[in-house]
Amino acid sequence: MANRTPLYDRHIALGARMVDFGGWDMPQQYTSIKDEHLAVRKAAGLFDVSHMGRLNVVGEAASDFLNHVVTNDVAQLQPGHAQYNLMCNEAGGIIDDLVIYKSADTDFIVVVNASNREKDVAWLRKHLPRGVTMDDKTLDVSLIAFQGPRAEELLPSKTSDTRHLAYFGFTKGAIAGVDGFISRTGYTGEDGFELFVPSAHVGDVWDAILDHGRAQGVLPAGLGARDAARLEAALRLWGNDMDESINAYEAGLGWTVKLEKGDFIGREALAKVKETGPGRRMVGLSLQPGSITRHGSAVLRDGAKIGTVTSGTHSFFLGHPIALALVEGPSLRAGDTVSVDVRGRETPAEVTKLPFYRGSAHSATAPARN
Amino acid sequence: MAERRYSKTHEWVTVDGKTATVGISDFAQAQLGDVVFLDLPKPGRKLGKGEAFGVIESVKAASDLYAPVDGTVSAVNEKLTANPELVNSDPYGEGWILKVDLKGDLPADLMDEGAYKESAEAGGH
Repeated sequence: MANRTPLYDRHIALGARMVDFGGWDMPQQYTSIKDEHLAVRKAAGLFDVSHMGRLNVVGEAASDFLNHVVTNDVAQLQPGHAQYNLMCNEAGGIIDDLVIYKSADTDFIVVVNASNREKDVAWLRKHLPRGVTMDDKTLDVSLIAFQGPRAEELLPSKTSDTRHLAYFGFTKGAIAGVDGFISRTGYTGEDGFELFVPSAHVGDVWDAILDHGRAQGVLPAGLGARDAARLEAALRLWGNDMDESINAYEAGLGWTVKLEKGDFIGREALAKVKETGPGRRMVGLSLQPGSITRHGSAVLRDGAKIGTVTSGTHSFFLGHPIALALVEGPSLRAGDTVSVDVRGRETPAEVTKLPFYRGSAHSATAPARN
Repeated sequence: MAERRYSKTHEWVTVDGKTATVGISDFAQAQLGDVVFLDLPKPGRKLGKGEAFGVIESVKAASDLYAPVDGTVSAVNEKLTANPELVNSDPYGEGWILKVDLKGDLPADLMDEGAYKESAEAGGH
């Protein structure tokens, strides 16, 4: 049976359509993906993201350890800040993308994708040095995301002041009277928060946010809205836009790779890719209304296959379908036309600058450029 | 109002004289999620029962639409071009998809509401 988050009963009571996602029974949508997505863009949406893995990594050498297994420079990370990261294999392929939160010099929280949690834990354990401990806190601590341009003003009463929190900053604090962590991070392109709350009290926090915000347009939002929002913001999804056969530069995430920070797993391979240039590049595509292309569809130019769609959806906010695609060669530019397979037919698509939509987040494409 | 009959593939049919109206069931629209596009045949197209006549695209996936009856398309719901979400909001009313001039009788294997509900719940999607 699939795992359930502590909010499962609330999702059912809210009428959610549940789907399996990374081994978890999660809400796909409550009422309508469109309405939930537009709530995120215009007011705020509330997501249960407790399926994501949360690992506590603690010890004198915790920082050095993490720095050795990820691409970004953890040594530059200050307490109270989070950093977007890739964990790569020796070949530079992406094992997972994750966010590292530094609570104190020796105390870190690592948030990983649900579907990769067990694989990540095994990989990290394999490289874990003496004196560093790693605890999987996924079940003890729940994670909810409150995302949208009005998220800050719509936080419920008895919540700590968040106005001093910078993008990708986090702090200990109260949310609706419950002590937890408040992080100004997200996966929608909008401003907003990810809230770490003890599982025993997450239901109270969830209810308080919805009760307080409903009249202002806040909706509970499911994975469907989350996927649409992240794709408009061109935020990559592991398993769709990247995996172990795709390297950081190909995925357009070279900004997370700090070759100069010293040795780390995958560094040698990534240095070579940087020197020669990636063989494939991630591009954005815009299509005519109705022409939705999906993960795995071929991208063609002058009749020849040049790549593959990695994610595609209809953008309710922009009013037309959008897609990310991994294509060969460096020659495509914004405005160029390619063809994409849509239900077996070659359909024109225009290469589009990313992100498709820049929301209220300080930078829609690049969480934690530090 | 004529009684609504259902196919195993989640289309519904009502018949008025020799004209059948075809749509997709409430169960089907809920499974599909927000409909964003329909690729539909032109009037005059001959349909055989079980034939894929079009595609319905939701935000989640594209699905084929299957003819629940034999006949000739006499009209398509033009409103769905601009408002495909009518299939979600009113699947048995404003969200109808095709009108078909029936050839012969209604196929005997179409189900009534009770049988369809049982079959849909048992079979999922």
